[in-house]
Amino acid sequence: MLSYRGREGYWAWVLHRVSGLAVLLFLLVHIVDTAFMGFGRELYNHAIDLYRQPIFRVGEVFIFAGVLYHALNGLRIIAIDFWDGATRIQRELWYTVLTLFVGLMLPITYVMLKPVFALLLGA
Amino acid sequence: MQVTAPAAGPIVSESSERVAGSNFELWSWYFFRLSGLLLVFLALGHLVIMHLVNNVDTIDYDWVAARWATLGWRMYDWLLLSLALLHGMNGLRVVVDDYVHRHGWRVVAMSTLWTLTLAFMALGTLAVVTFQPPGR
Repeated sequence: MLSYRGREGYWAWVLHRVSGLAVLLFLLVHIVDTAFMGFGRELYNHAIDLYRQPIFRVGEVFIFAGVLYHALNGLRIIAIDFWDGATRIQRELWYTVLTLFVGLMLPITYVMLKPVFALLLGA
Repeated sequence: MQVTAPAAGPIVSESSERVAGSNFELWSWYFFRLSGLLLVFLALGHLVIMHLVNNVDTIDYDWVAARWATLGWRMYDWLLLSLALLHGMNGLRVVVDDYVHRHGWRVVAMSTLWTLTLAFMALGTLAVVTFQPPGR
């Protein structure tokens, strides 16, 4: 990952690996906080309170972005694996992935950060 | 650049410690794609429900308890948990394969990886399956 620099296919792969590892790390944390459900209302609500902090809300946008990129590029990988035509246009497919990713993340970011904007403007 | 299907026959690799002739890598390849396809809907669906339709202001203990009163949502959450954890840990295994070459460190890394997978699978499954709604 560090000794080779390639073109689009390389960056598609780097982002796929980094987003996958980041989402996995959060998944492990998320399994622990969900397990708090078994220990009663107080502990679980206390844990979830953390996620309501503005910094975590921004973090949640990054997690959404990680899952969305990994999903879209994953579909590109499956297309390349099972359809010869997709291999020839893998670069165009990656630009399609990026376009969809940005196009979807703009409204998603707005909806998710609306409470943070309100907090900043109200303060 | 992208991962391609390994041959069904023995996989010859200097760093591979798997038994030659084992189909593990082939199954892993298919599992990545099948679980990935399901996770596109399960994981993105989960994010849409939790962060776009609802959000962290409304989600709390009572909200999750009400959700888990429905068997279907518990099944959804458990399927998402197991597919995401196995897909992610299998990805981490590939990363370890790529960067950890010394025999001793590989044994340490792989043992840790499988232990963590079992532990988190057990923790998550216990949470989803054994939850008792309050006051019942």
